[in-house]
Amino acid sequence: MPALITCRADLWLIARVASILAVVLLAIAAQPVDRQSGSLTRERYLSPIEMALSADGRQFYVVCQDSDEVRVVDLASGKVVARVPVGHVPRGIALSPDNRQIYITNAWSDTVSVIDAATLKVVQTLPTGFEPAGIVVDRSGKTVYVANRLSGDISVIDLKTGQETKRLLAGRGASYLALSPDGKLIFATHIYPNPGTFRSQPNSELTVIDTARQMVVERKLLHNVAGAFHVAMSADGRLGVAAQLRPKNLIPLAHVEHGWAFGDSLTLFGPDVGGTVQIPIDELDRYYALPWGVAIAPDKSKIFLTTAGSESVTVIDVPRLLKVVRSRPHPFVNDLSASADYVLARIPVGHNPRGVLLSPDGKRLYVANRLDDNIAIIDTGNNKVISTIDLGGPKNVDALRRGERIFFTAGYAFQGQFGCANCHLDSTIDGLQWDLEPDGFGKDIVDNRSLENLAGTEPFKWNGGNPDMPTECGPRTEKFFFRSQSFNQQQLTDLVAFVYSLPYRPNRYRLLNGELMPAQRRGKAVFERTKYKSGKPIPEANQCTTCHSGPKYTNQQQVNVGTGKLTDRSPVIDVPQLSNVAYSAPYLHDGSARSLEEIWTVFNPKDTHGVSNDLTKDELNDLIEYLKTL
Amino acid sequence: MKHRLWFTALLITASLAAAQDMPLFRWENFTTANGLPDNHVFCVLVDGKRIWAGTENGLGLYEDGTWKAFRPVANPAQQGIAHQAVLSLALDKRTGDLWAGTMGGLSRISAGRIDNFTQLNSGLSNDIVYGVGVQGDFVWTATAAGASRLNTRTGQWSLFNERNTPMYEIWTYAVSPAEDKVYYAVWGGGVLEYDVKTGLWKDYNDPDGETELVLMKDQGLIHEITTSVSYVDKILWVATYFGASRYDGRYWHNFLQKDSGLPGNFLNQIKAIDANRVWFSTDKGLAYYDGTNWSVYRPALDTHRPEMLVRDAAGTVKKIAVQSAPAHNYILGVDFQGDDIWVATAKGLSHGIRQKSSIETAQVLSTHKAIKKK
Repeated sequence: MPALITCRADLWLIARVASILAVVLLAIAAQPVDRQSGSLTRERYLSPIEMALSADGRQFYVVCQDSDEVRVVDLASGKVVARVPVGHVPRGIALSPDNRQIYITNAWSDTVSVIDAATLKVVQTLPTGFEPAGIVVDRSGKTVYVANRLSGDISVIDLKTGQETKRLLAGRGASYLALSPDGKLIFATHIYPNPGTFRSQPNSELTVIDTARQMVVERKLLHNVAGAFHVAMSADGRLGVAAQLRPKNLIPLAHVEHGWAFGDSLTLFGPDVGGTVQIPIDELDRYYALPWGVAIAPDKSKIFLTTAGSESVTVIDVPRLLKVVRSRPHPFVNDLSASADYVLARIPVGHNPRGVLLSPDGKRLYVANRLDDNIAIIDTGNNKVISTIDLGGPKNVDALRRGERIFFTAGYAFQGQFGCANCHLDSTIDGLQWDLEPDGFGKDIVDNRSLENLAGTEPFKWNGGNPDMPTECGPRTEKFFFRSQSFNQQQLTDLVAFVYSLPYRPNRYRLLNGELMPAQRRGKAVFERTKYKSGKPIPEANQCTTCHSGPKYTNQQQVNVGTGKLTDRSPVIDVPQLSNVAYSAPYLHDGSARSLEEIWTVFNPKDTHGVSNDLTKDELNDLIEYLKTL
Repeated sequence: MKHRLWFTALLITASLAAAQDMPLFRWENFTTANGLPDNHVFCVLVDGKRIWAGTENGLGLYEDGTWKAFRPVANPAQQGIAHQAVLSLALDKRTGDLWAGTMGGLSRISAGRIDNFTQLNSGLSNDIVYGVGVQGDFVWTATAAGASRLNTRTGQWSLFNERNTPMYEIWTYAVSPAEDKVYYAVWGGGVLEYDVKTGLWKDYNDPDGETELVLMKDQGLIHEITTSVSYVDKILWVATYFGASRYDGRYWHNFLQKDSGLPGNFLNQIKAIDANRVWFSTDKGLAYYDGTNWSVYRPALDTHRPEMLVRDAAGTVKKIAVQSAPAHNYILGVDFQGDDIWVATAKGLSHGIRQKSSIETAQVLSTHKAIKKK
């Protein structure tokens, strides 16, 4: 009997401990990732994104975005032979004409690392604009051009002095560059659309720079294009190709089939096609999401295109393509049957393939599988992967990596049309406003919000309708957006963990020592004021810091500040976080304010969204300078 | 008697020499009849072979013999400038971007793309942009509510007005930025100087106050109602509605119609070539001063026939026979194209095509060439 009692007591104790443990574990699981830091440590993956070949063709250099380094691979052995630490989040690579220097852009350091190709040491660091990405060196080897994604411009850097001599205005999200074979022109693409009027068609541009004058001489308009990625020129200089995304954000997202949400496509340009021609790469019932890296065979027989969301490489027959283009005088980019006339093959590769590189003879195509930490080698003769080079990243695929793969794939959507990363390009925004709700045409227009450091900003959705990230990423995304396969519990948990792990990008408006500049200090006083300039107290509910409070500048409440539109079902809006607000134009829940200024100059006539009508223009400018530091 | 004859002969010789040395032009005039967007031309800017004309009804671009007009557009799919009345123009010579100050904001035209900055969508102080100038990465504007400076690298706008400068009148009318100093003509408020190194402002005012009297000539700015500034070779030139001033950092020199070759005291623009040579846009014709002599180009005020007047150092005025003249004698601005000059007038845009006389004249129009000669 005592034994039974003891046994019962033990069971009771075990049950009690187990129940406490279960409650604790559930509580931990419900917490955002940064509060779970004790339980989740991130592997240091490599995330190869771009490549370049050495002069002798024996080695190639791989830009590893997450390990902040360049890995040097011996092609004969397929082994990593050197690792060169560079700046933070390297993104682009270029070689000097004599192949003696390797230039690496460091997106989060705002620099270019200059590597001596002989010693494989960083010998110089050059300043750039905000978030440098693509880079090319001119034929003389005297000047480098760097596309700056956040500042939307192109740095022109004199290599002799190491100084940036000027900035050329590019489009929003300037990211990738290509030098024409004769060295006379540089072409630039952009991952975001240029600012336009509210609810107008997105347009991007192909910026053309004359290297002799170091000036922008042309901007080829890319109609209905929101994001354009890699750009390449044929060896004869007669055909240019840019990979791009055509969003259908002006129409309600009523269904997904027939390319309703996105059109994956290319823009062709150059003498072979005349002006610019857009062509589809999707098929009627299958999509090749997020066309990213592009290369043209030396003999111009084929175009190779990575589709980052579809884990594949699309191979296009150029002669057949040109024949189709010349035979169809009217735009056919929305005719998804057209691709059958020129697509030769779809080659499955690894997770999130990005940069591509052709061997000089065109027989081998190297593909950077970003989320596998390896390089696929494709035989361009038979369009098959013949081997894979392991770059030596961690072998364990952790929860964050699994979540990242889910985030970047289009595999969960109906017919593989799109994934999270279609709208959150490189985990950021797309600069677009969408008509997402199934409530009728033109209702509840929503602007795309940033995903940086989201922990502590719940609830989600423009009206706060989704209480937590699992709801946001789960039922909303998988069922409403993707209209296809649902995530299982493990996948959803991984995806949520990844989204919560996305950090802040560096704020370029804040001094390194944390101090504020005079205008920013004055703006802070405006932000924190409790009285009108007349001395009368501002009601607490109408003070900036009431709603925009806490470490993320949101009280996580839903309020009516008078910015609702007649097309909104309710004027009650979730208070958005303000961190790195400078990067996420346009503003307000529907993106109707094209700039921070317009929030108050246009959309706050009755002082319902904070008190701004007693401010002078100087004071409003100061407030904005402060907001940019958050 | 002998001495007097000798002196007279010297004067005549000097007068003839002055006439020969002053630039002579054949004028070709553009109006709406041959494609100019509007005849009321506020400003003109030369960009290599391209000519930009800011008019009351659109920005005109003259290229390869034809005019193209830029105006605001209603269709969001098309690109238009901020307002049809274009008051000022500036070229960023490093990037090729054109900045246009209008009655409705500031427009940037960059390789065909147009971006508009207004007081609603940006930090611009006011939508009426009388003046614009480029200084490195900064774009300075003179507006009806003070000065603005845009940092094109960071997007930051800085405003300068009565709250943070000695600007007691905020109606800024023109700006002339240089590497070391930035000068503003403040309509009714004299001249403001911004020291680039120190970030400090200083004002220059009429020592007589805001009057039409000139009680203290050459002791300061000629008048408070300033319309234009031009800072070249460390020399500041100022245009007002009541004469012009030259300031070398120590001494002022004032120019009035009564004691100079100025055809009138009402000046719309002043544009210097160097420390000594300058062009004046007046309501009574276009005037040029080479540091000693003056010349005036206009349709005669009475007969409206083409007229060129030359005045030497002694004050002797001579009429030069010419076959053409600028489109109108109300001049609003000039710019230079090599040896040629382009002139904005109230009734058309004029192209002065330099005529070389048998006696070779000095290169007086192009600063670049003048420097090269040195």
